[in-house]
Amino acid sequence: MADKHEFTTITIPSTLYKRLEGMIAETEFESVSAYATHLLREALARLEAGSEDVLSEEEEEQVKERLRALGYLD
Amino acid sequence: MIRPHGGKLVDRVLRGKAREEAEERAYGLPRLEVGDDLARDVENIARGVFSPLEGFLGREDYQSVLRSMRLANDVPWTIPIVLDVSEEEADRFREREDIALFHRGKPLAIMHLEEKYRYDKEEHARKVFGTTSRAHPGVAKLEGMGKVLLGGKIDLINPPQSRFGRYKLSPFETRVLFKEKGWRTVVGFQTRNVPHLGHEYVQKTALSFVDGIFINPLIGRKKRGDFKDEVILEAYAILIENYFLKDNAVLAILETEMRYAGPREAIFHAIMRKNFGCTHFIVGRDHAGVGDFYDPFAAHRIFEEFPDLGIVPLFFRTFFYCRKCGGVANEKTCPHSEEDRVNFSGTTIRKMLSQGEVPPPELMRPEVAEVIARYGNPFVE
Repeated sequence: MADKHEFTTITIPSTLYKRLEGMIAETEFESVSAYATHLLREALARLEAGSEDVLSEEEEEQVKERLRALGYLD
Repeated sequence: MIRPHGGKLVDRVLRGKAREEAEERAYGLPRLEVGDDLARDVENIARGVFSPLEGFLGREDYQSVLRSMRLANDVPWTIPIVLDVSEEEADRFREREDIALFHRGKPLAIMHLEEKYRYDKEEHARKVFGTTSRAHPGVAKLEGMGKVLLGGKIDLINPPQSRFGRYKLSPFETRVLFKEKGWRTVVGFQTRNVPHLGHEYVQKTALSFVDGIFINPLIGRKKRGDFKDEVILEAYAILIENYFLKDNAVLAILETEMRYAGPREAIFHAIMRKNFGCTHFIVGRDHAGVGDFYDPFAAHRIFEEFPDLGIVPLFFRTFFYCRKCGGVANEKTCPHSEEDRVNFSGTTIRKMLSQGEVPPPELMRPEVAEVIARYGNPFVE
């Protein structure tokens, strides 16, 4: 049973479509859509990489204390 | 520091007054007693190990995970984290109301029940385990599960007791630890075995490309014949003490059951290590496999489907000890013949240990073998 919002349509220039079509010939991708999905997810992962610290200074100090008590930090 | 999976490290641990109030309230709510495996899932959700999950999967996420190996919001997720109950139990609970999860008679968590739904066990088995054979431990467990799943966020009140608290760190803690150690790149190593020289070779090969290694044995329900948790831990502790640089290796446990879901579980294992702060993850031969249910390298190939996983898999194939090379080698590095090679067969090592024999030093470090020998029977019965 296919989910009703499993897929949607986006438009890309037909020249780009042809380039992608030419590139998938020697890959395991079955369609330009599958290849474009792969590339977009790869790009998103790069854009989303990296993050700020999630703990406040005080919380971090408490964590360090536990790590010292357990012998993980000197 | 690497971004947690899905962008946010989940923290659903109640503290201080909020915890006290929730604990008191729990006694007045509809109550569900859960076993050890589910209690560990609750804790892992609350402490961010399963980020971005904030609770047990609802129907939309569950179906999406089964069919596309992603949550409904497209984030990669391969193993359904679900709370099953019998039909009779499900009838006691109402959607959009809170229930109290108890573990060993103590309030474990409040669950904000969003939905109850039925599921198809055969489809679940086929999709997750790639088989419906009852000889598969995951399928056998599934057969005994309740017919209804409960979905909804949880808030942890009291974590389940751990026998190995000394080695238990949350992702918040490992992230601080890696930062303090100055590690920018960290490779995660999943294990459910005692270390032999082949494991050590893989770990050190990976370590030569990154700042540190996070050795993260999986502690929890395993199948008969697997090594006991305490044996694995003690064996690794002695290995690290004697053969690793203190500043480059960290040993901490991950308390969750083995699902034996092969390729899907390899992705799940990578996701958890990403949440702990690892940038790389070692994937071995037949990772999370059992018997002959999976192609030994299916767990490598599946990573091609996840360009957005956000953690770099390091694939290792088969290693052996070569008498002529005088060390551990692989097909790419050793030109010698089969008769010069000693394979790191888990079955052979287990057989030797179960017969009270000490594996030779080309298979296992003497210190490690000594620790295992002390246990008499080191295996789960």
